[in-house]
Amino acid sequence: MMREYKNKENVQKKSYYTDRYWVAPRVPTFDPATDEEFNSVVASLKGKFSINEAYIQLKHLVIYINPEDNKAVLQYLHEELGYGRLMEMSAIDWLAKSGEFEIFYEMLNVDKAKRIRVKCYIKEDQAIESVQDIFRLANFAEREMFDMFGVKVNNHPFMKRILMPDDWQGYPLRKTYPLQGDEAASWYEVDKIFGKEARDIIGPEIRDSAMIDRYDSERFARLGHEVAFGSDVSEVKTDQGYQEDGGVFLVRKLHKDDTKTITDRDR
Amino acid sequence: MQHTNRLEPFFENLEFERDDNHMIINFGPQHPSSHGQLRLIMELDGEEVVKAVPDIGYLHRGMEKMGENMIYNEFLPTTDRMDYIASSSNNYAFALSVEKLLDIEVPRRAQVIRTIMLELNRLASHLFWLATHALDVGAMSVFLYCFREREYILDLIEDYCGARLTHSAIRIGGVPLDIPDGWMGSLLKLMKKLPTDIADYEGLLDQNRIWKMRLEDVGVVSKEMARSWGTSGIMLRGSGIQYDIRKEEPYELYDELDFDIPVSETGDSYGRYKLYMEEMRQSIRIIEQLVPMYDETDRALMADAPQYISAPKEQIMTQNYSLMQHFVLVTQGMRPPVGEAYVPTESPKGELAFYLNSQGEPYPYRMKIRAPSFFHTGILQDLLPGHYLADVVTIIGTTNIVFGEVDR
Repeated sequence: MMREYKNKENVQKKSYYTDRYWVAPRVPTFDPATDEEFNSVVASLKGKFSINEAYIQLKHLVIYINPEDNKAVLQYLHEELGYGRLMEMSAIDWLAKSGEFEIFYEMLNVDKAKRIRVKCYIKEDQAIESVQDIFRLANFAEREMFDMFGVKVNNHPFMKRILMPDDWQGYPLRKTYPLQGDEAASWYEVDKIFGKEARDIIGPEIRDSAMIDRYDSERFARLGHEVAFGSDVSEVKTDQGYQEDGGVFLVRKLHKDDTKTITDRDR
Repeated sequence: MQHTNRLEPFFENLEFERDDNHMIINFGPQHPSSHGQLRLIMELDGEEVVKAVPDIGYLHRGMEKMGENMIYNEFLPTTDRMDYIASSSNNYAFALSVEKLLDIEVPRRAQVIRTIMLELNRLASHLFWLATHALDVGAMSVFLYCFREREYILDLIEDYCGARLTHSAIRIGGVPLDIPDGWMGSLLKLMKKLPTDIADYEGLLDQNRIWKMRLEDVGVVSKEMARSWGTSGIMLRGSGIQYDIRKEEPYELYDELDFDIPVSETGDSYGRYKLYMEEMRQSIRIIEQLVPMYDETDRALMADAPQYISAPKEQIMTQNYSLMQHFVLVTQGMRPPVGEAYVPTESPKGELAFYLNSQGEPYPYRMKIRAPSFFHTGILQDLLPGHYLADVVTIIGTTNIVFGEVDR
């Protein structure tokens, strides 16, 4: 039997069935000229920087710039055009397709309530200039981008992992990052202590914390129906009631029918 | 330097006491007023903070990664676990982003219910904020009063969707349930009661000398700092910038509703506290306008878009094609068009948005969650230096960060 082929470049979950004749529709894009404000932004930027592509999608102006211009463009947007807020930035992993990361910056103009998405592509090992001295928000956002994608950022004062532990290996949001842990690692204790041949006897570790085995009387699987530790439960009849029928000293038996339900509390 | 095969503690090997009377202290991650798992490493000169470094990630669950490996409907309950104080607002931000990608129209009744839910969540969140913040600062009794009123709101939400904390009551394309009988009555009853409660809290706090001393001129966010850090929500309006996404980039029914956006010019914690109180009043006003709107709507609750949204239950049970479509949508998931969406919403904490990059597959190619609390944690680096150690708790309190959202 042949081993199943697995694409190592993208180990993320994929749909198990796609109609081969199906063509994905597209979210409509519009020419920036259709919007007065965006048109002037694009015209103003075009005089200074090279704009590779510009369109409007879902009320956002999307512009593609050269990665070397990122700081200059954002500064220009902030100082000259009023897009003074960077609301979000991060990367998209296109390594499998073109060996590139796509970096996006979400800009906001508070006075006009308009948003621009500035984008650029960088190669895997190419560094991008930090914008954190114009937008301090990028201080955290760039650290997160580095943490999740391994995108290098130049001139950042404190480039360190932010969400993952400092000694973490790999970049979790890359498409090559595995969804499951390492197989050897999951058998590590068994292999080390008992040897590989004990794998069958011991079995894999139960990692589903929600799993309940109703015949298990050793772990806490029978709350409310406790039996002696380790006894065989497949035969034991368990009583559903949790109190003596006549009641015990000081405690009366609670009958469900005698309880009163408060329908409308005093609001 | 990192060594690949060795655990190197990064902060523990610092000298804790030095000749220049500077001291490095560690705040959290298990500190009652760190509002979750915030670890702050602070350098103190005497009692004054010289440098503060927030260390986050203790609640990191990789939600973006999870989102990229789940079909859209499957991911929705996970968003509950972000800002767990107001989980419907997360559901909504996600659902709205997907709806914009799909370009579908949500029925009007669902819109009314969603807006009510959003505002109830805002009320619950602000009450929770006031309760915990007052507790942090030392006003114990306010904590209990606020929790009492929050409980009523949670009861209402429970009556509507069955859950108190993780609602999942807003779905892609609408809402799953209609309002139960008599619910609107008890909602209005509560809305009538709440203003007197808010007046009570203000009676306890507004002119309270200790409260004013601890909040006034503490944690001043200047306009420039607010711009640079991209603050949103009350952190932004506290700095004198009138920007509320509900007003400026209206979504749902907010453009039909009449409400005010309170702004504070002071930029300090006391100003933000006043904003929280005023926003609660505005939420009540919004809900009172929404209730009569509900009666004018017809019965549809989910959008009619068979390609993306399952048909109503009775249709699935009676019509073969609807059943087939439903089966495909549940097992394979909807496939939104190729494109990107970033739809800002005004969550109780600030601007919450989901950046979605769809490549026409049932799984988003990239999902970036723009969580307001994440950046409001970052601002602590610039906000804390210059303040005294005792003010740190106040400042963390007024930023209103929730760690489910910071770490995602």
